[in-house]
Amino acid sequence: MDATTVNLHKTHDHHEESFIRKYVFSVDHKVIGIQYGITALIFLFFGFTLMMIMRWQLAYPGEPIPFISSWFSETSMPGGIMLPEFYNSLGAMHGTIMVFLGVVPLAVGAFGNYLVPIQIGAPDMAFPKLNMASYWVYFIGGIVMLVGFFVPGGAANSGWTAYPPLSNIATTGQTVWLFGMVFLITSSLLGSVNIIVTIIQLRAEGLSFMRLPFFVWGQLVTSFLLLLAFPPLEAAGVLQLMDRLAGTSFFMPSGLVVSGQVLEVSGGGSPLLWQHLFWFLAHPEVYVLILPAMGIIAEIIANNTRKPLWGYKSIVYSAIFLGFMSFIVWAHHMYITGMGTTINSFFQTTTMIISIPSIIILTSLMISLWGGSIRFNTPMLFALAFLPMFGIGGLTGLPLGLSASDIPLHDTYYVIGHFHYIVAPGTIFALFAGIYYWYPKVTGRAMNEFLGKIHFWFSLIFINGIFFPMFIVGLAGVSRRLYDGGASYAHAQDILYLNELMSVSAWLLGLAQIPFIINFFMSMFNGKKTEANHWQATTLEWAATPSPPVPHANFIEIPKVYRGPYEYSVPGHSTDFTPQNQA
Amino acid sequence: MLEKYLPVNISTHGGEIDTLLINLHYLMLVLFVGGIIFYLIALVKFRQKEGCKANYTGIKNTKIAVALALVVAVVELVFDVMYSVPIWANVTATFPEPKDALEVRIIAQQFAWNIHYAGPDGKFGKTDPKLIDETDNPLGLDREDANAKDDVTTVNQLHVPINKPVLVYLSTKDVIHSFSLPVMRVKQDAIPGMIIPVTFQATKTGEYQIACAQLCGLGHYRMVGFFTTHTQEDFDNWMSGQVEAAKASDSEW
Repeated sequence: MDATTVNLHKTHDHHEESFIRKYVFSVDHKVIGIQYGITALIFLFFGFTLMMIMRWQLAYPGEPIPFISSWFSETSMPGGIMLPEFYNSLGAMHGTIMVFLGVVPLAVGAFGNYLVPIQIGAPDMAFPKLNMASYWVYFIGGIVMLVGFFVPGGAANSGWTAYPPLSNIATTGQTVWLFGMVFLITSSLLGSVNIIVTIIQLRAEGLSFMRLPFFVWGQLVTSFLLLLAFPPLEAAGVLQLMDRLAGTSFFMPSGLVVSGQVLEVSGGGSPLLWQHLFWFLAHPEVYVLILPAMGIIAEIIANNTRKPLWGYKSIVYSAIFLGFMSFIVWAHHMYITGMGTTINSFFQTTTMIISIPSIIILTSLMISLWGGSIRFNTPMLFALAFLPMFGIGGLTGLPLGLSASDIPLHDTYYVIGHFHYIVAPGTIFALFAGIYYWYPKVTGRAMNEFLGKIHFWFSLIFINGIFFPMFIVGLAGVSRRLYDGGASYAHAQDILYLNELMSVSAWLLGLAQIPFIINFFMSMFNGKKTEANHWQATTLEWAATPSPPVPHANFIEIPKVYRGPYEYSVPGHSTDFTPQNQA
Repeated sequence: MLEKYLPVNISTHGGEIDTLLINLHYLMLVLFVGGIIFYLIALVKFRQKEGCKANYTGIKNTKIAVALALVVAVVELVFDVMYSVPIWANVTATFPEPKDALEVRIIAQQFAWNIHYAGPDGKFGKTDPKLIDETDNPLGLDREDANAKDDVTTVNQLHVPINKPVLVYLSTKDVIHSFSLPVMRVKQDAIPGMIIPVTFQATKTGEYQIACAQLCGLGHYRMVGFFTTHTQEDFDNWMSGQVEAAKASDSEW
């Protein structure tokens, strides 16, 4: 071997990746996970800001917004007073951003990407380049969504559900929204294929399916939902684009008259077709939002009760059953579209049945507390709060799921309260729990407990201040999506005072995030350095690799797995945790 | 307890919906309070203590979660099959004979409710989208049609008699709206391209409102209609006044 080849060989071994390759167009799942996480957190904060602006209008309809009115153009807030069009844009974009750009990318893109490979003992995702593509397609989708705010007429304003014909005749922002959705859906598809293949193919030796941490199960079922439910919406989005741009009428019947003008459409389409296609995705989407959250909660509860998860197998089977059932409940969002009794009975019965696995999972998590030795650290506080909050969200789904009791509640604030309890103090609390729990894994430093607890308690109080009054407003029969918070209606007069309470709670909730933001950035530099296994956990990501994990291949040596995921406080063992890779 | 949060109910069918709603909330309350008690006891009793190790097995009975879920599901299915489905069938899918009812066409549009009564002849005049004029003829009623001569149309004024079934034919001119009468426990989407029947019967006279429940554009929040319930006699007087007015404006036509 001559000198040249030796040198070549050396450069290959010690190949230093360029900055761009390492941090921007990275194929390392850990970097992509962090990219997803940061982007999604920014979008979450942005989506929440939109709501804080809306809440001014709801609390004080028609009054000029203080401090920030100069940030907005005359076409959205003349004289600082929000226009109804702009209110509708904010509402549609709040929903879209929170769901498609915030929560799902954080739950699946960030947590799924970062944790699945290291929890199953894999050196990376199965398709690293696909993974990179998934992030960048998501990123483009996010930018496209934001561009909507700057086109004439403003961002999409037909609700996050985009029901035609309203969306078909809406301003250009709706076209931008549809393009954005096509990117976001494509990104989710790429990501879900990757996670499915990774979990099925790359598990470490000995890691059978029933030894997987429940978090991995949550990601697996979620990915199947994304894979199977998103294509119908992607198709529907393209059809709506055609209706708007190419003169088709998939969702438009003929004979419509808008503002005195007969609409020139070929006709023959059905607005209800969109609703079916939309909810065929958007109901499984609910479980896309909740299953990763349950996965995070399961990890944290097992770890901080220092005992195995109670009923692991029934939790896993319930999650699978939930996945299947979630495909046959979608029309409970459409009870009052003129549905007959037969179809209606079918959907309300499936809706009642889908509560069974949810109750099993929630009950098992609660029973897991019994007999534990519970540590109340910040991640655990968020995880514990998830249980009753998700409980409220689930229980209030009951009168909405039964068609007769849905009649007075449909499209009222009761619905808003219901699904926000699932997604905000439910999923988002779980995501916070996850951030506090895995932060030491990602950075090698722990977050500050004191700031974390301040963040937790104030968030818990104010988030209930926002969402609980919504049930009262909804029972009073006040419709959702009202620009003046119901001030135009006689039956809303008694509850109008609650609008101010909810708004103030929302702004205080915003303030309560400041300790989190400080904590998040400060701890990167000043946080206490941690050992590899900060929480004395059993799963591979903590037990088998340093914190942060080895840059390439995750593990110094790919671990072997000898036991189930939550072997805490095993009788006869000296420590109260027995890692999965301990022979 | 929950009643005071609900709007008044002045419909014949609203009572059973309210009862279902209230009973469901009792069930929810029992489940929530039961869960919370267990949860709080567990948190206090099993907080980390010096020298105390967690119990590896925890609760030994492995079937309680499934059993609890099944019990709750059975209760839910009882509500479903025994109450929700029959109420739904009764409220939304059982219609009075048109001859026994007051027939009304309601045509929603951005952002108003057009109300169309057939008048004394009981026959609705023809409508045609091409005849629509937003100021004079928002329904596109064909005044040449003999059946249309005595038709009464109003904007945002729905008047009905009490103790008589009302049969609404709900449609929309433009986008999806949702016809909501909170005091009647009635809500029905108006879907473009469809005419959907809705029925209800009022029990008390008074002045109430129609609300739009589905986002229909920038004026959704102010799409308020007025809903007035009369005794039969008052209703007949109101109607004949309207018919006279309609005929008078027709002769001007």
